Amino acid sequence: MLLQLVNQDLGYDRGLVLRNISIAIREGDRIALVGESGAGKSTLLAAIQARLLQQAALVPQNPGLVASLSVFHNIYMGRLNQHPTWYNLINLARPRQREIDAIRPLVERLGLEEKLFERAGELSGGQQQRVGICRALHQGGALVLGDEPVSAVDSHQARTVLNALHEHFETVVLAMHDVELALSYATRIIGLQHGGIALDQPSAGLTASDLDFLYKDSDEKHR
Amino acid sequence: MKNIADLPGAVRPHYSPAVRVSTAFIAIAVVCLAFADIAITTLDPWAEIQRMLLGVVTPDFFAVEAIGTAVVQTIAFALVGVALAAFGGIILAQFFHIGPVRWACAIARSIHELFWALIFLQMLGLSPLTGVLAIAIPYAGICAKVYAETLEETPAAALKALPAGTSTISTFFFVRLPDAWSHIKSYTLYRFECGLRSSAVLGFVGLPTLGYYLQTAFSEGNYSEAAAQLIMFYVIIASLRLWMKPKLIGLYLIVAPFLLGGATEVRWENIVRFLTEDIVPAPLRNADLLDPQVWSAFGDWLMMMLTDQALPGFVATVVLTQIALVATAFLTLAFFPLISTKFFGRFGRSIGHLFLVIMRSTPEFILVYIFLQLWGPSMLPAIVALALHNGAIIGHLLGRYSDEISLRPDSSSGINLYAFEVVPRLYGQFLAYLFYRWEIIMRETAILGVLGIATLGFYIDSAIADIRLDRVMLLLLVTALLNLGIDSLSRLIRSRLRLSTRISACDG
Repeated sequence: MLLQLVNQDLGYDRGLVLRNISIAIREGDRIALVGESGAGKSTLLAAIQARLLQQAALVPQNPGLVASLSVFHNIYMGRLNQHPTWYNLINLARPRQREIDAIRPLVERLGLEEKLFERAGELSGGQQQRVGICRALHQGGALVLGDEPVSAVDSHQARTVLNALHEHFETVVLAMHDVELALSYATRIIGLQHGGIALDQPSAGLTASDLDFLYKDSDEKHR
Repeated sequence: MKNIADLPGAVRPHYSPAVRVSTAFIAIAVVCLAFADIAITTLDPWAEIQRMLLGVVTPDFFAVEAIGTAVVQTIAFALVGVALAAFGGIILAQFFHIGPVRWACAIARSIHELFWALIFLQMLGLSPLTGVLAIAIPYAGICAKVYAETLEETPAAALKALPAGTSTISTFFFVRLPDAWSHIKSYTLYRFECGLRSSAVLGFVGLPTLGYYLQTAFSEGNYSEAAAQLIMFYVIIASLRLWMKPKLIGLYLIVAPFLLGGATEVRWENIVRFLTEDIVPAPLRNADLLDPQVWSAFGDWLMMMLTDQALPGFVATVVLTQIALVATAFLTLAFFPLISTKFFGRFGRSIGHLFLVIMRSTPEFILVYIFLQLWGPSMLPAIVALALHNGAIIGHLLGRYSDEISLRPDSSSGINLYAFEVVPRLYGQFLAYLFYRWEIIMRETAILGVLGIATLGFYIDSAIADIRLDRVMLLLLVTALLNLGIDSLSRLIRSRLRLSTRISACDG
C-alpha cells in the first residue's frame, strides 16, 4: 500500500474543495482522475503529492521550466538530488557526456532531440510540456503524479507521452480531461463530482458513455 | 440650481489622494523656502558663466595626460568597487531574511559613498582600499536588497518541480539564479554606471579620480580642461554598452586592481586607534566608566552635540531635501515631454535626449560644485543642481513610459494632450519614482555639506577637520537615522497611495 486516505477533507486555504475523501493507492496502480474542470482533480493530486513527495516524480500542469536554461539542464534537474552539489555545478557550467547520453534517448523519444541545447523559454507550449515530461522520466522512481500531462500536445504525441510514462513508472496517477485516453491507459478510473468521489472502479468494462454523468453539469450549462 | 456644498460627498468635485499628497508636499516646500538661504553671493556671476561657457565651447583635449589618468582611475575604482559589491551583495542576498543582515545593509546604504570615504581616510589614509571600500560597502547594501527581491520572485512552479532533497546550492544555481540572471545582470551594469559617478566624486576627497582633476582645473580657472574632462566622462558613460562586454569583464577585473592609484601604505596602528580610541565619545575616552561624573560629562557632551550641531544640521538637511524634491517634481514634468514621441519629432527628441543624458550622467555633487562656483555658497546651487539631475533621471523614465500610452485616434494635442491625457495617466508612476528618489535626494543633500552648505555633512566635515572623530560618528548616526526614517515614510506613502513599490531602475 502506497497511500491511504480515510475520510479526509481536502482543499486550499480558501476553502474545502473535496469532502470526506477515502482512497487507497497500491503499487502498480494506473489511475486516471477524471471529472469536470473545478471538480477537484488538482486538489486531490496535490494532497497525494504532499504525502508521497519523497518518492514521486511530478508532472505539474505548469511545467515550471527555468526559461533561461537549456532543455538539457531543465531535464537534468530531475536528478539534482541524486548527485553531489559540485557535480551538479560542473554540469551547469558544461554538460558531461555521460549525462547527455542518459538524457538523449528521452528527448529522442519525445521528439525534442533537435532542441536539446536550446533555451527552454524559446520553445512552444507543447514542447515545454514535453520537456517537463522528460524531466520526470529522467528523475525516475516507482511513482509519477501528473496534472493534465498531455493538455498542450497533439493526439499523436499524447500517446507517445503516455506510453513513455506508463513504461517508465510502475505506479501512475494522472489527472486527465480526455476520457478516451484515460480509459485506454488507466486500469482504474476515479471520477470526481460535487466535491466528492463519484466513481472508483477498474476501467475494464467501462465505456466513455459510462462516464458521461460526471460531465452533466457543464453540459447543462452549455445548453 | 443646487449649491455644490449641499450635494452628497460622492457627487461633489473632490481631489484624489495623490493630488492632496502633492499639494501637501508643495506647501511644505514653500514653508521651507522661507527658511532657506538662497542668496547669490558672488560679485559677478555673469562674467563667470561666460568664462565657463567659453571653456565648454573650447574644450582642451591636449591635456591628455591628466585626462587619461583621471578616466582610467575613475573606471578602475568603479570596476573593483562594484565587483566587490556585486559579489558581496549576492552572498548577503542569501541571508536577507535574517533581520540583522537586513538592518546592516540598510545602514550601509543610508550613508553616502563620500562619508564612507571620509571614514576610511581616517583609518587607511589615501590608500586605494579607501576608494574601493567607499564604493563597495554602500553598493553591497543596495545590491543585496535588489538581488534578494529579484531572487524572491523565482516562480513557485519551478521550485515545486524539483525532486525532493535537492540541495540548497543546487537549487540556487539551477533555478533561482538562472531565472533572475538577466535582471541581475542588467541591474549590476546599471550599478556600474552609478559606480562611475561615485568614483568620479571620490576625487573630491583626494583620491586620484576625475573629481580631483576637475577640482584642480576649476580652482585654476582652467575651464577648457574641465570641459574636456567632463566630455570624456560623458563619452565613457554613453559608450558603456559598447565596451562593457561580458567576455571582457574578466580581463578588466584582472587589470583594474593594478591601475588604482594613491598612496599604498596602510598602517595597522591607525586602524586600531580609530576603532578603539578615536570614535569613543571624548568624555568616555580612558575614563573610569563607574564614575558618575564621567557619565554626566557624557550627557553634557551629547546635549551639546545634539543641540549645537545635529539639530541645525538636521533642519537644514530636511529643508533643502524638501525644496529639492518639489523642484525635482516640477522639472520632471517639464523634462519628460522632451523625449516623448507624443510631443516631439525625431529632431526635437534627440536634443532632449542629449540634454537629459548630460544632466543625469553628471554626478549631482559635481553639478552642485559647478553652480557653487557661479553663485557662491547658499542653498540655491544645491536646489538647482539636485533638481536638474534628478529631474533628468525621472524625466527620462517617464518619457519612455509615456511612449507606451496608446491614445484614441481623435485625442487632443499640445498642452491639452499633456494635461488631460498624458500627465493623469503618468501621475501614479511619477509619484512612485519621486518618492523612491526622496531618500536618495536626502542622502545627497547631507553630503553637500562638504561643499560648505550647512547640512549635516557640513558639521561632519568640520569635525573631521578638527580630528574629532567621535563627533563624526554621532553625526553620521543621525544622518543614517534620518535617511532610514525618510525611507520608511516614503514606503508608507507609496503603499497608502498604492503606488508600485519596486522600481529598482531608478535608485543610485
